[in-house]
Amino acid sequence: MSANTATTTSIRELIRPEVFPSTMCPGCGHGILMGAILRAVDELGWDMRRMLFVSGIGCAGWIPSPHFAADTLHTTHGRPVAFATGAALFNPDLRVVVIGGDGDIAAIGGNHLIHAARRNVHMTVICANNQIYGMTGGQVTPTTDIGTITATTPKGNEEPPFDLCRLVEGAGASFVARWSVYHIRPLIRTLKDAFQHAGFAFVEVLSPCPTQWGRRNQLADPVALLERYKDLCVPQDRAAKMSAEELAGKVVVGRFR
Amino acid sequence: MPEIVINREWCKGCYICVNVCPRHVLEVDQESFDHGIHPVVAARPDDCTVCRQCELLCPDLAISVSGEGAGTPAAEARAEPAPGPAPRPLPAGWTTVASPLPTGRYFLQGDEACAEGAIAAGCNFYAGYPITPASEIMERICARFADLPGRRVFIQMEDEIGSIGACIGAAWAGAKAMTATSGPGISLMVENLGYAIITETPLVIVDVQRAGPSTGQATRPGQGDYMQVRWGAHGDYEIIVLSPWSVGEMYTETIRAFNLAERFRVPVILLADEGVGHLRENLTIPPEVRIFNRIGPSDHEPPFGGRPVPPMPVFGEGHRLLVTGSTHDEWGYRRTSSAKAQAELTARLCAKITDSLDEILASETYLCDDDGLDLLLVSFGFTARSALGAARMAREAGYRAGLFRPRTVWPFPAEALRAVATKSARVLVAEMNRGQMLREVQRVVPDARGYGKTDGEVIAPGEIWAAAKEWLR
Repeated sequence: MSANTATTTSIRELIRPEVFPSTMCPGCGHGILMGAILRAVDELGWDMRRMLFVSGIGCAGWIPSPHFAADTLHTTHGRPVAFATGAALFNPDLRVVVIGGDGDIAAIGGNHLIHAARRNVHMTVICANNQIYGMTGGQVTPTTDIGTITATTPKGNEEPPFDLCRLVEGAGASFVARWSVYHIRPLIRTLKDAFQHAGFAFVEVLSPCPTQWGRRNQLADPVALLERYKDLCVPQDRAAKMSAEELAGKVVVGRFR
Repeated sequence: MPEIVINREWCKGCYICVNVCPRHVLEVDQESFDHGIHPVVAARPDDCTVCRQCELLCPDLAISVSGEGAGTPAAEARAEPAPGPAPRPLPAGWTTVASPLPTGRYFLQGDEACAEGAIAAGCNFYAGYPITPASEIMERICARFADLPGRRVFIQMEDEIGSIGACIGAAWAGAKAMTATSGPGISLMVENLGYAIITETPLVIVDVQRAGPSTGQATRPGQGDYMQVRWGAHGDYEIIVLSPWSVGEMYTETIRAFNLAERFRVPVILLADEGVGHLRENLTIPPEVRIFNRIGPSDHEPPFGGRPVPPMPVFGEGHRLLVTGSTHDEWGYRRTSSAKAQAELTARLCAKITDSLDEILASETYLCDDDGLDLLLVSFGFTARSALGAARMAREAGYRAGLFRPRTVWPFPAEALRAVATKSARVLVAEMNRGQMLREVQRVVPDARGYGKTDGEVIAPGEIWAAAKEWLR
């Protein structure tokens, strides 16, 4: 094996260093995801100039724009998948990656998501799921768990959340996976597989939000919030051997399709 | 020995790295204070096994670990060749092309002629959603794209929001894109109409108006979107809107809409109506068409400033474009708190249109050759046909009557109207709404009157003549 040059030095070529430090809060999982996406591109040896990152509005919309040294299309709230559909269909040589939050992808943009999955448009959609609207002040989203305190559920969320992976799988997606940013190595591997998938690939990434989610739910410490995924997430092979009671409250992670 | 490099400028002090290191190599230096945080130091680098957990889990890309035993293979050092040219409309600027439809006389529906005009103008991407009375445009495009050579993409999207979104994405990938809809669809599209304006995306949007508001009467004509297409999106902007009155103009004005969109890097709206959209009449397809294709960038020219209409790069050519609907500087960097950036951007977006009215405005006068007029009718779209009939009826009755018809309805051709209105004793605006263009005409002729109708029926010449006769008496 070749001596590993410092990866940060290597992925430095994939970013616009002049815009760092990033605008994200201390301990934001989206920053970890940003690094994972860059390392996946880096390990594939892909040229950023052939990539188009499409994002919407919200914290996750700022992961590629302006940090990535690639073509970026920072669209309106909820619409990145629709914009990406046009670009991907017109120029199939573009490697199109959509990055959005749970509000962007699953709430206001949910319709575009399921239809792109159904059409099997050649793109990767990464949903940075922090279960909260971060940028607007911590409101409930369609992926917030029951009981979670948010700015608009002060007594705890009463609405059941979407299982995004099952949603897009039902819509016909040909590649479906979920990890948390804590599972950093399988996440990078999965992103590489997703980028190389010839069709619609969906990767849900659980990402901690210490500022808006954590502070309201007695988990403001970035380390505790990150390590929470260790107990919360169950790899699907292990989950297959567990009972429904054992799986209650757990999140199954892995490549589902 | 492993080398651990910590970028103190980028570190925000979350200390994930300190806690995830299995060998406790990293420590928080409680003694020092650097830009508001206690910095992280590699206290025991000899203990590092180069597992890189700290590096991979750092949200700020602020740590790099190198040394023997690093687990991840190094990248193949950007092995790929630099990207070549991406598809884009060529040649740039004005050019004459052969008509894709063989020259000759055709008996077409207005919506079909619109589709043919788009194809003649070089439209190679269409995204739409079914809606009466515009669906025939989509159906014609779908059928014709299948038979025409070259890269052409047709897609029926899940809604009108997705339709215009896909068009904008395709336009930045190098397409000449169009979508067509009616009032309810325009209501959904205004969100990304604003996006196309601020990102200076060339695009054609056809509004075949029907009677509203809301679902209204889907198969009946109306002209109630006149103000919506001007002011529908939030914020301050200028917009170009054209209005055809015949099947022939559904062809020629669609071409003009594409040319203006490409010339000024703006969305252009073709404001048709059910009357003209579903009308069938003869038109002559010329052998050649004059079209304008967007200008690409030369060396290192900013895509969002520097000139009134900056050159437009496309995705995939290595420009590393930053396209954003947020306020941005000339290179596309978000400037969401800069008063200067906001002022300059909005001023330029407006000025590139208002400073080029000679190229944008178009209007026609009919029966206006007399030195003075008793009556000037002002009307647009299908209603202008009836207004011309009404002017003829007035002439038969012995009055000097004429018609002013804007083909560009936004910006409104105020000076052209003023030139003819000043010699007329009366100005009467006929439109299938409750006086929307009348307001614009009254900015030029304060005592202009209106004849508006909103019963879902076209206005007949006799109705306008009857209203005029009352006033002339």
